Amino acid sequence: MPVQLPDINLTLLLPEIFIALAGMALLLLTAWREDQEGRELVANGTIGTIVVAMGLLWFTAHTTRTTTFGGMFTSDSFALYMKMLMCTAALLPLLVSRDYLKRNEIFKGEYQVLSLFALLGGLIMASSGDFLTLYLGLELMSLSIYVLAAFRRDDKRSSEAGLKYFVLGSLASGILLYGITLIYGASGTTTFTDIHAYVSGDLHHHGAIVNLGMILILIGFSFKIAAAPFHMWAPDVYEGAPTSVTAFMAVMPKIAAFAALYRVLLEAFGPLHAEWSPVLQFLAVLSVAVGALAAIAQTNIKRMLAYSSIGHVGYVLIGLSVGSDLGYQAVLVYLAVYIFMNVGAFTLILLLNRDGVGDEISDYQGLAHKRPLLAFLMALFMFSMAGIPPLAGFIGKLYVFMAAVQAGMIKLAIVGILFSAVGAFYYLRVVKRMYFDQPQSDRDFEMEVSIPNRLVMGVTGLFVVIVGIFPEQILTWAKISMSSFQ
Amino acid sequence: MSLNSYLILSAILFTIGVFGIFLNRKNVIIIMMGIELILLSVNINFVAFSHYGGDLTGQVFTFFVISVAAAEAAIGLAILVTFFRNMATIDVEKIDNLKG
Repeated sequence: MPVQLPDINLTLLLPEIFIALAGMALLLLTAWREDQEGRELVANGTIGTIVVAMGLLWFTAHTTRTTTFGGMFTSDSFALYMKMLMCTAALLPLLVSRDYLKRNEIFKGEYQVLSLFALLGGLIMASSGDFLTLYLGLELMSLSIYVLAAFRRDDKRSSEAGLKYFVLGSLASGILLYGITLIYGASGTTTFTDIHAYVSGDLHHHGAIVNLGMILILIGFSFKIAAAPFHMWAPDVYEGAPTSVTAFMAVMPKIAAFAALYRVLLEAFGPLHAEWSPVLQFLAVLSVAVGALAAIAQTNIKRMLAYSSIGHVGYVLIGLSVGSDLGYQAVLVYLAVYIFMNVGAFTLILLLNRDGVGDEISDYQGLAHKRPLLAFLMALFMFSMAGIPPLAGFIGKLYVFMAAVQAGMIKLAIVGILFSAVGAFYYLRVVKRMYFDQPQSDRDFEMEVSIPNRLVMGVTGLFVVIVGIFPEQILTWAKISMSSFQ
Repeated sequence: MSLNSYLILSAILFTIGVFGIFLNRKNVIIIMMGIELILLSVNINFVAFSHYGGDLTGQVFTFFVISVAAAEAAIGLAILVTFFRNMATIDVEKIDNLKG
């Protein structure tokens, strides 16, 4: 009997293959060249790798849906959009973290290589067409980030952050996997399109097991995206991890998890929208509430941004739960905006952090009197996160709420708007500290702002302003990406 | 043995694993054991469904889960070692530097 070989089209995986090979080469380089020059080389190589991978992505991507490895790997315009976002979300934090890493004596090659592997896992998740690829991508990403969180080995808080993240992350993977086994048991397959065909038909007496499996999968994802009530780890890990790692893991893994969630919810469980939408609405309302209320009491800016990101996840989940095309597009716009707001804010936090000072909100007191430009940028990102027009954060929230209202989920939209008004309080508190308080006498805010830092601050600041005023282009891209799911 | 017996066994293992993580106040190693139990219950589920459903995907998936579990345990223990070096303890109750 002739063996039937699966179709394998390696050109679809070219960016991933390139990142994997480059990552391994850089890891070898790290082992060989342990001096300062070698480390610089690895850091530059990593940035170069991501840039080249973005180029490869752009030129090899199929805008029409193409699959390979028997449907396990999908390439379409949605994957292209999400992967571009992820590469940006990995590239920008790497560009700005070099000075911070050197100051804290953790400027090592492994740091860059682990970031690269985390990015690779995220890219695989965005392209997954099967629970197997999804799981492997997720683990590659998570395992790399556990290590990154604990990267300051001699620091109590960093190793504790790594340990907490590891325990809850592994628990999440376990719950996710258990859900996958139940879906596999009911449908006999792990491929998204086959599951879609299965749940479109009559489920007979398997309805309960499919629902249970789906809910366990959603719980697993909720842990990964830090949606309430599965958010307990996020504030601790954000606070304890080195700030450059926090900047990275506040954006890249979230985009990857949402990309995978799109694949699972739309490609596999699309016909069950009536079942998963209430679950997402519940998570969304709880997340915006926790994000807005718990952040008020925070004095540490990294902790505050952790709660703020829980809130943002809540708004994104509102858009996802709506189930209309407008809702899905709104989420894609929101995620892009989220990256730039967060990276911008974290760039400033990284910059102002000196000798352990700079993590408390009170450390920003009077920044506007000494460094008006930096204070202005920080205020810009805070206003954008609060959703104040005409900045990009407003556009993201506007589209999400518009989608909810259009689908008749008026209560959900009202809850979202109310909590975003509550949330504005703690963002504005940072602005108040910077502009209306006098600086502490021993704090002079004297620092050199390196060229990569200037570049990233400029790019993120411009993005937040320009997208806020002209959002059409990014909405068009989101529309094109969502056409993959038709 | 029917499929149900396997599913009940794996459900029990899964529950023990989850409770082992949340109820245990003593030792981080026990948490690691809980995680391993969860992954084992997943493997049992996969193999049972695969055997009774007449489809090989589940068994292939199991191999991947096993190898990832090994990597996960290695990384978890490595992080635990750094934690122990800093704190000289692996008591769950002592993991409280970060809170608020």
